[in-house]
Order: sequence, then C-alpha cells, then structure tokens
Amino acid sequence: MRRLLKIYMEKPELAGIAFLIVLAVVFQVQSDGVFLSAQNLQGILGLMPEMALVAIGVTLLMICGEFDLSVGSVFALTPMVMGVLLADGVPFALAFPAGLATALTVGLINGLITVRFAIPSFITTLGMLFVARSLTVVISGGFPPIIPPDAMPREVFIAFVGPGDMFRMSFIWFVGVAVAIGLLLSHTNFGNWVRATGGFLPAAQSMGIPTSRVKIACFMLCSLLAGFAGTIQVMRLGAPLPSIGEGLELQAVAAAVIGGTALTGGIGTILGGIIGAVLIRVIDNGLVLSRVDANWFKLALGSLTIFAVIVNAWLRKKARAMKVETD
Amino acid sequence: MAPIIEIRELHKWYSGVHALKGVSLDVQPNEALGLVGDNGAGKSTLINILSGTQMADGGTIRYEGRPVTFRNPRDAMDAGIETIYQYNSMVPTMSIARNMFIGREPLKASLFGVGVMDGRKMAQESMQALADVDLHLRSPDALVGELSGGQRQGVAIARAMHFKSKVMILDEPTNHLAVKETQKVIGFVQSLKDMGITAIFISHNIHHVFECCDRIVAMARGEIVLDRRADEVTMDDVLDVL
Repeated sequence: MRRLLKIYMEKPELAGIAFLIVLAVVFQVQSDGVFLSAQNLQGILGLMPEMALVAIGVTLLMICGEFDLSVGSVFALTPMVMGVLLADGVPFALAFPAGLATALTVGLINGLITVRFAIPSFITTLGMLFVARSLTVVISGGFPPIIPPDAMPREVFIAFVGPGDMFRMSFIWFVGVAVAIGLLLSHTNFGNWVRATGGFLPAAQSMGIPTSRVKIACFMLCSLLAGFAGTIQVMRLGAPLPSIGEGLELQAVAAAVIGGTALTGGIGTILGGIIGAVLIRVIDNGLVLSRVDANWFKLALGSLTIFAVIVNAWLRKKARAMKVETD
Repeated sequence: MAPIIEIRELHKWYSGVHALKGVSLDVQPNEALGLVGDNGAGKSTLINILSGTQMADGGTIRYEGRPVTFRNPRDAMDAGIETIYQYNSMVPTMSIARNMFIGREPLKASLFGVGVMDGRKMAQESMQALADVDLHLRSPDALVGELSGGQRQGVAIARAMHFKSKVMILDEPTNHLAVKETQKVIGFVQSLKDMGITAIFISHNIHHVFECCDRIVAMARGEIVLDRRADEVTMDDVLDVL
C-alpha cells in the first residue's frame, strides 16, 4: 500500500489510466465488441485531439495555479477571425496566424488583468468568456462566413493518415503538442518555475522567479492551444459556427481534474490532462454504443469529476502523512 | 576587520507609518547576529530590504565595501545573501532536487533563458549539498512536503550553502518546530560559523537567539534599542528594552 501511494504521488495520472482500462473493458462487453473495433477507434481518435488540445492548455495553466474559463469562447473566436479573413479573400498564410494572434492576445489580456489587479483568474476569464463569445458573434454577423472551398490546407490538419486511415492529421499535431508541452513542464527550467509558481507562490517569489511573467506565459499558451483546437475543428466541419466550443471550458477543467491536477495548483501532469480528455470522449462514445440514453453523459461526467477529486484528495492526504525517512 | 554589511540611516514608510527610523547597523564577517524585537518593531522590514523583497525609502547599504541596491530577491541572492523563511522558501509539492535549484537550474542547453534542466546534476549535487550539512535523506526525488519542519530548514540551509552564500538570513526558522527539530536548526546555525558564513538570525524566542548568536541586536518601534555582545548581556536586559 505504502509503495502504491508513493507511485501515485509521483504519477498522479495512473489512477486515470487504470480507470480508462476498466471503462474500455466494460464498454467492450456492453457494446458486443463494437467499442474497440477499428471503425469506432477511428471515430474517437478523430475527435479526441480537439478537446485534448484544450485540456493540455488548461492543465498547464492549472498547474501554474490559475484558471481559464474563456477557452471555449477562444475556441470559437480564433477560427472565426481566420474564417472572416478567408471569406474576404485573405490568403491562409495570413489568416491562420491572425487567428492564433487573436488567441494569444486574449491570453495576454487574461494574464495581465489577473496579475496586475491581483484578482482571481476565475473572474477575469469568466468575463472573457462572454467578451470573446460576443466578439465571435459580432464579427461573423451571426452567420458562418462562406470560406472558399480550397482556402484551407485541410490535408495538413485533418486528412486521414496511418494504417487503415486510423488517424487524422490532427492527431499527429496533438501528439506533437502534447510531447512538447509535456517536456516543457517536466524537463525545462520554465516547467520548474510553473510548478513552483502554482505550488507555493511566496516561495517562488522569494527565490526570485518572475512569477507574473510565468503566469502570463501560461495564460497565453492555454489560449493559443484552445484557438488552435478550434481552428482544427472548423477545418473538419468546413465552416466556423459562432457557437462551437460552448461548455468546452468546463469539460477541459473536468479533464484536468480527472487526470489528477489539483485545483490549488502545483500538482498535475500533461499526460493526466490528456487521459482525462480521453476518458470523457470514451464515456461519451461508450454510452452511445452501449445503447444508454445519451442524456446520461453529463451525469456520468459530473459524477466522475467529483469522484476523481475526492479520491485524489484522499490519496494525497494519505501520501502526505508519510514522512521521509533518514538513513 | 571591515564589516561585510554596512547599513546607514535606513528609512521605510508604509502609507504614513514610519517603519524604519534611520536604522544604522554594521554586520561583521563570520559573526552570528541575533535580531530580536516584538511584532511591528521593524525587523522584518529591515530583513526584507536586505533580501531584496522590499526597497528602502532612504539610506544606504554597503555590501563588501560597495554600495548596493537590491531590486528583487535575485539581486540579493546573486550577491551572496540568502534568506530562509519558516514557510516560504520551499515548494511542498516539488521534489528536493527541484527545490534546491528553483530559479537557478543547471541547464544543458538554453534559448532566451529557457532550457533543458540537467536532472542528473541536480540530483547528485542536491544529495551532496544535503550530506554537507549532515542531513542524510534517501532520495532527491522525495517531495519537500513529506519532510519535517526541521528537515525542510536543513534543505534550505543546504541550498544556501551550495550556492556559496556569504550571508544567511534566517527569518524565524524555529517557529512552530518541535523541541528536537528546533535544536537541529540551532545546530545548523552554529555550524555556519565553522563554514565562514555570516548569519543573521531573527526570532521571537530570546532563548534560541542566545543559544546560537555572538551578538544581540534588539529593535523596537523602528529603531535599534540595544546592540551588545551576547556574553555581555542577559536575557532580562534584552526583555527590558523591548
């Protein structure tokens, strides 16, 4: 037991992996073997990157001790900026960076306001949730702009690839981003500062870490990933709807929390956030395949989130009660 | 011997409150100076200015003979002044090795100040640094949150030693520690002398100060009210002026 707790403290995402395996087995049985079929996995893997990218950003930000409720709106605003520009005949090479720059700007504003006025990011980004959503609707006029058919290089972002067309290109992008952010957090000095800033702010400050800049950088990364994820979804759908990404912010927080990230900051891993996102997709998909009424999805998601936080809190308390031995 | 720190006429106001009223103090190299005083006496303000977390409104500080201004904790740390607080010098959710090198991570390669940490070097050097202060922990990967209060102070002291600090400021390091742990921390402070490190020890507890300091400085109402060698003064003398 002691050993297991130690392992858990070092790898809090393991509980999520274990649960994922259990769920996969249950759904496999319930769906008469459809769940793990190539076709269904292709469906899960095709949609998963969009939410998982958002979850990666939110997880990073939560480890840094902050919160972003505006990711769902940025998820819509970013591709809308790109779409409006594309509809006006602006080439993709300009419209795509313009969209991402919008996302970065939103992150910068979120970060600056939170740090400068020392208010909870929960409030800053709640405001930004409305602001960014409103801007999305305003610049589109309420209707999706008509994007010329060949304006977006869809083959680079969403074409099917791999053996048996198992993956979309978005999955490759997602893996690349996940590895990059994961390494950033675990192997670089910046990652050390993020953890210190979220783990215990006074200590980070007294050790001379530029905590304000670290936080703002995390807000910007989080926003950028949400905008990129939204852009991928729009390429898949072909048109930027002003309403996409509604409720996504809460699913992303749920993913991070299910994956072992602490709301108080300092604890969590990128892999954990991804596993949380996969769990949410798997539950969504598995319930449908098991012929359960789809309206139960939110109940399952909500229960799992609460359950995960309780279990994580309990395990953490247990693990903390163990003292390090001296030789 | 020339003082390592010379403080002259230091002033600090907090929105109308005169927290430091022209404090002057010389700290000699390799001495253990005990700074005592009640809450609001100004000792924390003085320490915050020395450690770079606050800036003085007036007066000068000379360090090793040169005038200095510390704009942030990093400036003070780079100069060789390291501050150890009861609570806020360690991140409990991070490992010992990571805590040892917060803000000063050894990098294998870097770009614009961000780079890949040398994990092996961090692990080896942190274990060595701990052994140097006679603290033997099993793994550099243990979380600081799992350590006892005394062990944490040991790690903080080991960290300061590792980065070759010349002056160590210990701000209430014995607060809320058990008796045995307190003795351990006092032992750490006593051993600093052998290592040629100047110590400034702040405490509410006069007993702890007398146990490990050569010189006692007492502050009250923003001024220094007593400055004597520890063997020339009794605890009652100190209590009388506070």
